[in-house]
Amino acid sequence: MTPNAGAELGGRLAAGDLSAAPDALNLLESSAAADQPERVSLLAATSPAALGHEPAGHVVGITGPPGVGKSTLISALCKALREQGRTVAVVAVDPSSKRSGGALLGDRARISFDPADDGLLIRSMAAGDRLGGLARPTRDAAAALSAAYDVVVVETVGVGQSETEVAEVADTVCVVVQPGSGDTLQFIKSGIMEIPDVLVVTKSDLGVIAQRARRDLNSALRSLGARDTKVVAVSALPPASGISELLAAVEAHHASCDLAAERSSRRRSQALAEFGELFGRRGLDALGGRRAALKTVAELDSGLDVPGLVAALVVSAKLN
Amino acid sequence: MTEHRLDQPDRPWMIRTYAGHSTAEKSNELYRGNLEKGQTGLSIAFDLPTQTGYDPGDELARGEVGKVGVPVSNIRDMEALLDGIPLDRMNTSMTINATAAWLLALYIVTAEHQGASEDQLQGTTQNDIIKEFLARGTYAFPPAPSMRLIADMIAYTVENVPKWNPINICSYHLQEAGATPVQEIAYSMSNAIAVLDAVRDRVDPSVMPQVFARISFFVNAGLRFIEEHAKLRAMGILWDELGRERYGVEDPKLRRFRYGVQVNSLGLTERQPENNIQRIVLETLAVTLGRDARARAIQLPAWNEALGLPRPWDQQWSLRIQQVMAYETDLLDYPDIFEGSKVMDGLVEELLEGARAEMAVVAEQGGAVEAVPYMKAQLVESHRERLRRIETGDQVVVGLNRYQESEESPLTADAEGGILVVDPAVEAQQTAAVAAWREQRDQTAVDEALAEVARVALSEDENIMPATIAAARAGVTTGEWSAALRGAFGEYRAPTGVGESASADHDDAELEALRDEVDRVSEALGRRIRILVGKPGLDGHSNGAEQIAVRARDAGMDVVYEGIRLTPSQIAASAKQEGVHVIGLSILSGSHRELIPSVIEALNQAGAGDVPLVVGGIIPDQDVPELEAAGVAAVYTPKDYDLTRIIREIVALVAERGGVAQSA
Repeated sequence: MTPNAGAELGGRLAAGDLSAAPDALNLLESSAAADQPERVSLLAATSPAALGHEPAGHVVGITGPPGVGKSTLISALCKALREQGRTVAVVAVDPSSKRSGGALLGDRARISFDPADDGLLIRSMAAGDRLGGLARPTRDAAAALSAAYDVVVVETVGVGQSETEVAEVADTVCVVVQPGSGDTLQFIKSGIMEIPDVLVVTKSDLGVIAQRARRDLNSALRSLGARDTKVVAVSALPPASGISELLAAVEAHHASCDLAAERSSRRRSQALAEFGELFGRRGLDALGGRRAALKTVAELDSGLDVPGLVAALVVSAKLN
Repeated sequence: MTEHRLDQPDRPWMIRTYAGHSTAEKSNELYRGNLEKGQTGLSIAFDLPTQTGYDPGDELARGEVGKVGVPVSNIRDMEALLDGIPLDRMNTSMTINATAAWLLALYIVTAEHQGASEDQLQGTTQNDIIKEFLARGTYAFPPAPSMRLIADMIAYTVENVPKWNPINICSYHLQEAGATPVQEIAYSMSNAIAVLDAVRDRVDPSVMPQVFARISFFVNAGLRFIEEHAKLRAMGILWDELGRERYGVEDPKLRRFRYGVQVNSLGLTERQPENNIQRIVLETLAVTLGRDARARAIQLPAWNEALGLPRPWDQQWSLRIQQVMAYETDLLDYPDIFEGSKVMDGLVEELLEGARAEMAVVAEQGGAVEAVPYMKAQLVESHRERLRRIETGDQVVVGLNRYQESEESPLTADAEGGILVVDPAVEAQQTAAVAAWREQRDQTAVDEALAEVARVALSEDENIMPATIAAARAGVTTGEWSAALRGAFGEYRAPTGVGESASADHDDAELEALRDEVDRVSEALGRRIRILVGKPGLDGHSNGAEQIAVRARDAGMDVVYEGIRLTPSQIAASAKQEGVHVIGLSILSGSHRELIPSVIEALNQAGAGDVPLVVGGIIPDQDVPELEAAGVAAVYTPKDYDLTRIIREIVALVAERGGVAQSA
């Protein structure tokens, strides 16, 4: 990395220069020691503190079990968003093999894109050997890209845990299920799964089965008192149907939430988690224990990005 | 009369050669020559743009025009292709799938101009879309409308072209993609069920027995020819059962299992290619030995398929194999020679049991259309296992992993390496010819015909064939007809199967060492090594690319697998967006000389010109220097069967380009 590359790339993203995104993502993914100061400056340049406001991009998390049709759905969503003139970045996360450390990132093959369209970015990411939660580069990517793109879609795979993970970065969480799969219903009822903002039933072309799935989910949600969660039935295969309803549900959720408060709360808990990873028990003790640490982080500038918050905690704890 | 002899020897099967290249005129010449040599039916190979619905001149057609078959863009091309061949008497097989309705329409109108009526026409349209999603990749439309087109064609031909086989359910390509005999049987039978169920919704129940009788199969035969013969007997039993039990077909004659065959190409080697001749002969035994499961039509690959495109002489050699077997041997003199054989009955029983279990899994998933991702993943897995056995030597391939020492082969000694090279000027000529065709036709009639095709496509229950035949008459082109349907149906990208592939279960020392090296280089680079794997052009034979992707993952790399049918600019945009360290592209259709330089140019334009590019596929030796001069870092061909070695070399390439020192 050239000197000031991080600040330069971050500045370009903040100014809406989408061509900076691939290099910015390469830097955010880097674990090389030499790249870390640049990575931190990139994030600082796209933080609310630097921008003077929360990044305008809407971060939408899309998750669900394998084979449910997420990539095809995202392909249809991207098409609809581009037709509205909105720019989209997709960060598609696939699991890494525990055995080899490698990953097969196959979503790109299922998403149609026009190489001449500069307003659509698709970036595959390996989940890496994370210890619960999303890998750091995914969180960083969502934060930085939301300063440049109108919509950032973060796609993860799984059942039961993935929606909690994607909620770490997403303003709106969509869980995708297919008709006839009882797992999701069970997970919701038993409380294993957090209730998403939008539930998407795919393959609505299956007709009756899809309608029944939608009804079952609705009644399960009502019995849990989750009246705000929308259930949308889509068929992502062309001719797609239900895509505009899904976009409307996602938009409605976006409009209803207090974005600034939720995002700064997410950043604070991430910062505390990262601080904990770095300094362990000793670090928390230096801040006066867990409760005091929470209080300390809450008093810090709400516009700081995660590395900024961690650095401020380090100063408070007098660890450096 | 004795029990062990036939009163009259059987008539031979239909003898064909799968052929076509360059232009309609050149291919016509080839067909007439083959018929003079004693071929008894035609088998048309269309080029990839025709198969996927693009005209010459389309960005996606680049490099592919006239390569693996003949380009047919309009009625004039079809007439030139079949000029002087009497269609009222010919039996023609057309390897055409996504655009089958269109090519059948061109064939019908050509026959009409010759004075032959629809009810005289005999032949086959391959028309099997599920195996395109699974193995061959020349699909054009999403699954549901694709199945509807097939159902329409069957409904139309049963009524109007009664001697036509509207579909060949293909197990052939499944074996080429790595299927075991059990998978070949189970997936093709499940496929047939999906087709028949789709037709049942669109025809009067009283014609279902005729529909059932018009369904034929296109199978493969590998070198384990005894088991392969058992496979065909098992398919016959299942087919009969299916007709009786699921579709209520009373007449046993209508339940007969009819199949054509092309024997296995996957096992043909680039090294010591002359050995392929004996492989082809032995494989042909699998489909001719037993009278109760003998092929109706046979076409054989040529000895040099792993090297490039076969020349007329190479195809003649394969034609003569069939003629020697049919006319010189006593194969056709006897009743079924396996009747009462314990070995054969036992093998058939084993295969039936396995196939029934696997068919149940597919049925549980909602049938073959819904189970495409499952079947695809199973095929990738089987092929991985097959390659592993070859790498470890558990499966012997003479000349490849054993007995490699060889004299120089005189067969490949000529300047072009013993293959056919299509004149690169063909693409420009055909592009100009399509433009000229558009100039002279009645554009209003064309516009109206296309509007009608689009209207019918969007209708609930109208048959697509009449509007398609009218479009053929009006002078519509292949690309225009397909574009009208793409507009109505939308486009689709099929599942790749690689994501579900299990990681290596055999952690050999070599792979372990490679993982350490991948980790070391990745740490030095700051990011795990990322490779983009995909296929430019229209060639959909993806199993090589899939296996490279899976092995790279098993070696610890992050693999962005982009699938098939990519334009150079898509590859460049993906390389840039994904921030990859290296790109691996696979091409089997012979379009590498056009496509690879275009990819390199697009990479330069996208600001990714520094990303090294490796190419694999059927690349003749004599083309390698040209590719390397254009900037390709390495070229791999079928003789490079050791995937781990290929990945090791790619890692070394990434290390070198990334300035990572060699390990101590």
